[in-house]
Amino acid sequence: MIELRDIHKSFEGNYVLRGADLKVEKGESLVVIGGSGSGKSVLLKHIIGLLKPDRGTVVIDSTDLSLLDEEGLNEIRKKFGMLFQSAALFDSMKVWENVGFGLKRHTRMTAPEIKEVAVRKLRMVGLVGIEDEMPSELSGGMRKRVGLARAIAMEPEILLYDEPTTGLDPIMADAINELIIKMREKLKVTSVAITHDMKSAYKIADTIAMLYNGVIIDSGSPEEIQNTSNPVVRQFIEGRAKGPIVLEGIGK
Amino acid sequence: MIVKLIEFIGAVTEKPVQGLGRIILLLFSTLKVMVRPPFEIGNIVRQMLEIGVNSLPVVLITAVFTGMVLALQSYTGFKRFGAEGLVGTVVALSMTRELGPVLSALIVTGRAGAAIAAELGTMRVTEQIDAMEAMAVNPVKYLIVPRFLSGMIMLPALTVVTDIVGIVGGYLVSVMLLGANAKPYMRATWDFLEVQDIYNGLIKACFFGAAFTLISCYKGFYTRGGAEGVGRATTGAVVFSSMTILISDYFLSTWLFK
Ligand SMILES: Nc1ncnc2c1ncn2[C@@H]1O[C@H](COP(=O)(O)OP(=O)(O)OP(=O)(O)O)[C@@H](O)[C@H]1O
Ligand SMILES: [Mg+2]
Repeated sequence: MIELRDIHKSFEGNYVLRGADLKVEKGESLVVIGGSGSGKSVLLKHIIGLLKPDRGTVVIDSTDLSLLDEEGLNEIRKKFGMLFQSAALFDSMKVWENVGFGLKRHTRMTAPEIKEVAVRKLRMVGLVGIEDEMPSELSGGMRKRVGLARAIAMEPEILLYDEPTTGLDPIMADAINELIIKMREKLKVTSVAITHDMKSAYKIADTIAMLYNGVIIDSGSPEEIQNTSNPVVRQFIEGRAKGPIVLEGIGK
Repeated sequence: MIVKLIEFIGAVTEKPVQGLGRIILLLFSTLKVMVRPPFEIGNIVRQMLEIGVNSLPVVLITAVFTGMVLALQSYTGFKRFGAEGLVGTVVALSMTRELGPVLSALIVTGRAGAAIAAELGTMRVTEQIDAMEAMAVNPVKYLIVPRFLSGMIMLPALTVVTDIVGIVGGYLVSVMLLGANAKPYMRATWDFLEVQDIYNGLIKACFFGAAFTLISCYKGFYTRGGAEGVGRATTGAVVFSSMTILISDYFLSTWLFK
């Protein structure tokens, strides 16, 4: 279970989170939506302890992250798999070494065994025959999928996806949605996904939560969100430029 | 007025003091994780090749020409008061005590220090370091310890090479070009050279190796602000490391060569 309580975070006077609360039950799939720059990636990084809140607590399976030392934090992190928005592949390593990095560090598997697992995970995200290439030789969408393969390589209990389908063609995006659903149904993973793609959000979410002005302003099942009366959420999911959310400087 | 002055001093010193504090903290966490298994043998070997072996060509060229010019200059200078016989001594002492460690440190900083800062800086701004942490791997242990150790090991090794090649360069110029007699020249080289000279030079080199890798890792590790930030980190690493090498050289020398 993941619980964020009253998270505040600012960067040099730029207040990004102003008391965000979030709760994800075991096996639940939560999708976070929100405008560009609203702090979704920052929120996700708090869950895995990459950023420390200025105020508030992050609790993972009843452990408060702020009470852990480096080693305790690493034990918790082994439960996680994370896909970064930028994929964040290690560019000094081949694709399969990227996917197998966690296995190499945390298991006793041999290199051929790791490569075999990596090839299998790459196949799951629709990538065949690229295991010996370097990340710099791949397209943006391919890098994203390698990042996804790396996130699922250790078969984690919790998966964090930062925009898993951004930069993919519609068919591939839907295949990745199916994969995310499969991860939840077959492996019972708990997941938090960030997306701008409402179609994908409705498809993969048990719960959708919207981040706006540093707080979660609304959350509910996809049906509830689709029928919400909150004007901010309505504007966002309908994708209208006019409404309570004002885009500064555009069209003036 | 006084308040203004104090404020000014505070503002000017805040950044450097903060930086120094963070470097010391980084040094402590490096030392702490260094002694904890698993040891990154493969990584250490890779960094030793990167820092040591790949720097060898430039270091060799620098060393031989330094030895040569040293012999040339001291020969023409010393001739004025008839002390040509001391050229071998001057070359040997200068190389082992001073130029061997300092020159190889400066050259390696320009090459490997810049590369370290650029590589770690890029990894920082592209979130690769975050990704590593998210995968429960300590980036200080995985990235910094191997570089730090390699610097401490390889710089003394390169210094030995520099010492030898520099002395050979001096010999070549003196004996082949300036017509000094080989035997007395060799004697002048060895007679006044003590093991202590070489040994203390290597201690300096070891310190310089630790300093430039730590500073370069620090600059890279805490890079911010995209490609421009990486550029700043790289320049900063070279400038700051070089200054540290030259300044600490003076103090190490007063302490070691009493
Ligand atoms: N490490 C950091 N240092 C300083 N500021 C940061 C840092 N990370 C994020 N920010 C700032 O926090 C704000 C939110 O960033 P974040 O990346 O979370 O947005 P986002 O909601 O993920 O947007 P997008 O949908 O475009 O990815 C931005 O204003 C950004 O400049
Ligand atoms: Mg983001």
